[in-house]
Amino acid sequence: MTPFSYARAGDTTAATHLGVAAGAKYLGGGTNLVDLMRETIERPDTLVDVTGLSRTIEERGDGSLMIGAAVRNTAVAEHRAVRERYPVLARAILAGASGQIRNMATVGGNILQRTRCLYFYDDAARCNKRTPGAGCDAIDGFNRAHAILGASPTCVATHPSDMCVALAALGAVVHLENATGARTMPLVDLHRLPAGRPEVETLLEPGELITAIELPQLPCAVRSTYRKVRDRASYSFALVSVAAVLDRSDDGMVRDVRLALGGVAHKPWRAFTAEAALRGRPTNEACFRAAAEAELADAAPLRDNGFKIELTRRTIVAVLNELAGEAA
Amino acid sequence: MLITINGRGMEVALDPRTSLLDLLREHLELHGTKKGCDQGACGACTVLADGERILSCMALAVQYEGRSISTVEGLARDGTLHPLQQAFIDHDGFQCGYCTPGQICSAIGMAAEIARGVPSAVTPDLAAITILPTRDELRERMSGNLCRCGAHNGIIDAITEICTTEAAA
Amino acid sequence: MTTIRDAAQKIMQTAIGLAPERWLPGGTPDPLIGRHGAIGSSVPRVDGPRKVKGEAPFAAEVPARNMTYAALVYSTIARGHIATLETDAAQAAPGVVLVMTYRNAPRMAPPAVFMSDPRAAGASSLPVMQDDAIHWNGEPIAVILAETQEQADHAATLVRVTYTEEAASTSFEYAAAHAHRPDNVLGEPAVIEIGNAEAALAEAAHKIDRTYHTPRYSHAAIEPHAATVWWEADGQLIVHDATQMLNGTRWTLAGIFGLKEEQIRILSPFVGGGFGGKALWNHQILAIAASRLSGRPVRVALSREGVFRVSGGRTTTRQRVALGARADGTLSALIHTGIAAMTAYNNCPEQFSFPARHLYAAGSFKLEQKVADIDMVANTFMRAPGESVGTFALESAIDELADDMGLDPIELRRRIEPAKDPTSDHPFSSRHLLDAYARGAERFGWSARSPTPRARREGEWLIGMGVATATYPYYRMPGGTARITLTRAGHACVAMASHEMGMGTATVQVQATADRLGLPLTHVTFAYGDTALPPGTIAGGSSQTASIAAAVTAAGEKLVSALLKLVGNASPLAGLKAGDIVARDGGLGHRALADRFESYVSILSRANRDQVSAEAEAPMPLEVQKYAMHSYGAQFCEVRVNAVTGETRVSRFLGAFDTGRIVNPRTAASQFRGGIIMGLGLALTEETLFDERTGRIMNASLAEYHVPVHLDVPEIDVIWTDTPDPRAPLGAHGIGEIGITGVGAAVANAVYNATGRRIRDLPITLDKLLGST
Repeated sequence: MTPFSYARAGDTTAATHLGVAAGAKYLGGGTNLVDLMRETIERPDTLVDVTGLSRTIEERGDGSLMIGAAVRNTAVAEHRAVRERYPVLARAILAGASGQIRNMATVGGNILQRTRCLYFYDDAARCNKRTPGAGCDAIDGFNRAHAILGASPTCVATHPSDMCVALAALGAVVHLENATGARTMPLVDLHRLPAGRPEVETLLEPGELITAIELPQLPCAVRSTYRKVRDRASYSFALVSVAAVLDRSDDGMVRDVRLALGGVAHKPWRAFTAEAALRGRPTNEACFRAAAEAELADAAPLRDNGFKIELTRRTIVAVLNELAGEAA
Repeated sequence: MLITINGRGMEVALDPRTSLLDLLREHLELHGTKKGCDQGACGACTVLADGERILSCMALAVQYEGRSISTVEGLARDGTLHPLQQAFIDHDGFQCGYCTPGQICSAIGMAAEIARGVPSAVTPDLAAITILPTRDELRERMSGNLCRCGAHNGIIDAITEICTTEAAA
Repeated sequence: MTTIRDAAQKIMQTAIGLAPERWLPGGTPDPLIGRHGAIGSSVPRVDGPRKVKGEAPFAAEVPARNMTYAALVYSTIARGHIATLETDAAQAAPGVVLVMTYRNAPRMAPPAVFMSDPRAAGASSLPVMQDDAIHWNGEPIAVILAETQEQADHAATLVRVTYTEEAASTSFEYAAAHAHRPDNVLGEPAVIEIGNAEAALAEAAHKIDRTYHTPRYSHAAIEPHAATVWWEADGQLIVHDATQMLNGTRWTLAGIFGLKEEQIRILSPFVGGGFGGKALWNHQILAIAASRLSGRPVRVALSREGVFRVSGGRTTTRQRVALGARADGTLSALIHTGIAAMTAYNNCPEQFSFPARHLYAAGSFKLEQKVADIDMVANTFMRAPGESVGTFALESAIDELADDMGLDPIELRRRIEPAKDPTSDHPFSSRHLLDAYARGAERFGWSARSPTPRARREGEWLIGMGVATATYPYYRMPGGTARITLTRAGHACVAMASHEMGMGTATVQVQATADRLGLPLTHVTFAYGDTALPPGTIAGGSSQTASIAAAVTAAGEKLVSALLKLVGNASPLAGLKAGDIVARDGGLGHRALADRFESYVSILSRANRDQVSAEAEAPMPLEVQKYAMHSYGAQFCEVRVNAVTGETRVSRFLGAFDTGRIVNPRTAASQFRGGIIMGLGLALTEETLFDERTGRIMNASLAEYHVPVHLDVPEIDVIWTDTPDPRAPLGAHGIGEIGITGVGAAVANAVYNATGRRIRDLPITLDKLLGST
């Protein structure tokens, strides 16, 4: 670990003033950043500890839920409003990592965690994310866990978060702040696709701090779930995951649907194409399959991950079938 | 900085790079907490921070200023093993013993989570107020603690005994 | 190595006249094999309290004054030379005490590689940091010592190196095309041919001819390799190591550093998981060298990545199994051949063909192993090397044949059960495999299995059952010496430089010694883990229990003689000969006459002695020259395969074992389960990813090398025949390894039964099943 200085921020203003300095990074639970620092992939000069900030979950009058960025993952998953109104979010968080890590990890840190690409993690390998322009050893290497959607010739890594997949499905809004002001942004816009600059993973401005996540009111989210497919039964990253909300009308049609995919792209992948194909259509397997196929029309396999296309298709259909069955 | 370890306040001066795990092992000579991967992937370093189980390898010690940390060394009382420690012996919940302190600390934190009603990935009903400590619940919740000797059955047996005893009490 | 075989045979020839006849034909079995005392009871581990309190000290936890911490820098190419090496920045970094590279490392002889001499423990014969040559991707090229681990780790990142690369052999397919036959496979011939198996196969009424692949695996012990070392002022070298070969390490280090063995003391009281991996690798040698240069104690605790870079695991294999069967289900041909990747510098050809040498009767055999030279960290022994992956291929093929013939796979095994060892012709010392099958089938409910694949489904889950044979040889290592010290208070302490890695070594030896000497458990202790004690044998080959027991038996006999010399005419034992004596009730007595008895306390008090000590070496393991001695088991598995995702979950597992006498049912059950669970990882989740473009291991982490987690592990039922082997000390076989054997095939066969799909390429990850579900 490269030497650094440590500062604990007392409030958001203090944090963003410290955070704007070159070489400063915000520190949440440390479950990803400390690991990356130990690997010297991250070498901040200053760590600004923001775990003391915004640690509340507020149920607001308009039916939305405001989750402070420093709230621990466990606290989100166990919150009654989350469990009852946004079960997909509780399920996604509980599918991730381990009990210990969920107790440490913050919401903000979870959103900003970095890829688990094997070549990103090994500084003996070429990686455009670590060293822009260096090349990518994953494209022709072990890429079983890599992207099938939205990848570029420079980067085929995936975003590892489970929580973000649910947030994407729920239309969560990210509240941001830096020394010059505050703004909001839909979570689905926060993360970038790699294109030619895989080292730029989000649209965050320098020094910008995630202060909260807002879950808009979404009554149909009571019927939502998350399914994660992985190599062991627990404590491993997703090969593919699906977050879904399904609102079925009494006549068996899709009134509303929210669908997002994990493990398939450089960002949590909101399946807008599939959603559009489903709205107003019957809740049956054929429609689910057609929607999944529409979403995956541009999916491109690499050496090892071609199975993910079929796996994603099947998992989408199974999750929608499950929700449709519950609704029936 | 001031930190409380097993009930004793301690003043320590630290390199900010020092993890809570290395503070315990290298500075305080509390070797009961184990380093298995130093990358948040095995659970051997699990300790309790204000009663919550965390991975001390991923925790920078400076972040835990003023907090109260419990390690395996703090579990026995007056020379009597913690009931879970005894249950691990009774059910042969270990072989080499290296992952054991982490398993035990994790299980204590986990039992509190169950008692608090925190759901898990295998909880059938997220809205349930009471979580039953079924074997699958315990297995899922303990999956962050790797064991390579293969003592999994004994570990779950030991925790089951404690959870059911506590539930009955 | 012919050296070891020749040496062993020479020793056998000279020793044959001297050996006690106990274990040989016509000999009297160990009197303890049928006795129920401490042996056979579920004694809790004697070190349990220390382990659950976190008080058991491991190698990285030994304090030393003025300690330095080591960090290693690893090469990033597989073969070539260091072109430039800049260490100034590292040297100047805060807290750095020493930067050691090939330029300033002390001159050291290459390690004596395992098998080159009975005492050799080196994982590889490559010299360690002696020149600029690079032999594998991940080879240590620099050692940093600093005042803290943080400082050492940081300074290690400041070392700058460039390389002149040379073409490396990193492709298994390419190397396999140039595979060659080793001189021998662990002292056994690399080829066995009986009859013309290919011709018999061609003519067989039923035949199966398949190729199986197994990947690289890592031991992934939760304790990373570590050592704390220093040199005493008098030149004595102290090594606190995590090792399963204390005396071998000492002998090998003595050779490397030009020392006498007596100048080195190695201590290793607790090892946080070994499984074959806790051996003599580069890190201990480098730490010792750096300690010599710096004059300070060194703690080298490998990072998890470092464990993958510096210590090898189980190698990859490609195996062919071809079976020719007659219409009655007997075998006319058994062919098991294949190739394992190995380096040019070590001796671990992964003996996958061993099970086929001893398991089944056949009219003809062709068994052959080759090795493919790969530039990689030396592969090594990992829990049932050979047998684990060999039984995957063989037992999968047996299942395929049974399916092809419409026979129940257990019935097929009944028809090919041999009367004597099929390739050596030796009689079996003890073989109750079919008994294990019968008991296992009954308890597991095997009769409920449909022979037709895909017959059972619950929701998304396809359910299937599979079975496979487990087998592992009985080994007893030569060279161990035990010392028993009996005190006037009637306590016995057994001392031997042996190893505890979780097997329950001290616990079972306390049990055995208690019965051997007629003492209560509370009056026996076992000292181990220190080369200052009489020499032990390796903790490998599941041999330790028998090896120690044989030495303790010999020492016990000597102790009785010594005690008889002490008794005077007034003793009730006066005039009795050793042959009349049995140890019982805390003393010695006539084997038939109850009143001819005197307690140890009385004997020593009367003789006015504080203690009596006896030390003896175990007799040579000649029993294995006369008998085919193996352990067996029947592994039953039920899997659920998700029809949507291809995910496989093991829902039930039962192992029924035939491993001689069970000394401690509690620790034995844990050993069996532990092996089975590692087998579940072998079958389903584990693979060390070796990038053939660079020769680099890409998942050098426990996050990406997937050992089974709690939720992957169902309740595992284990039962045993508990039939003593009359040719083994205590009637017992070692059981540390057999548990993993057969598991890969049992799982794969269950997956076939569930899905109709044969997976011949481990691990059985969901992508391999997706197409069929």
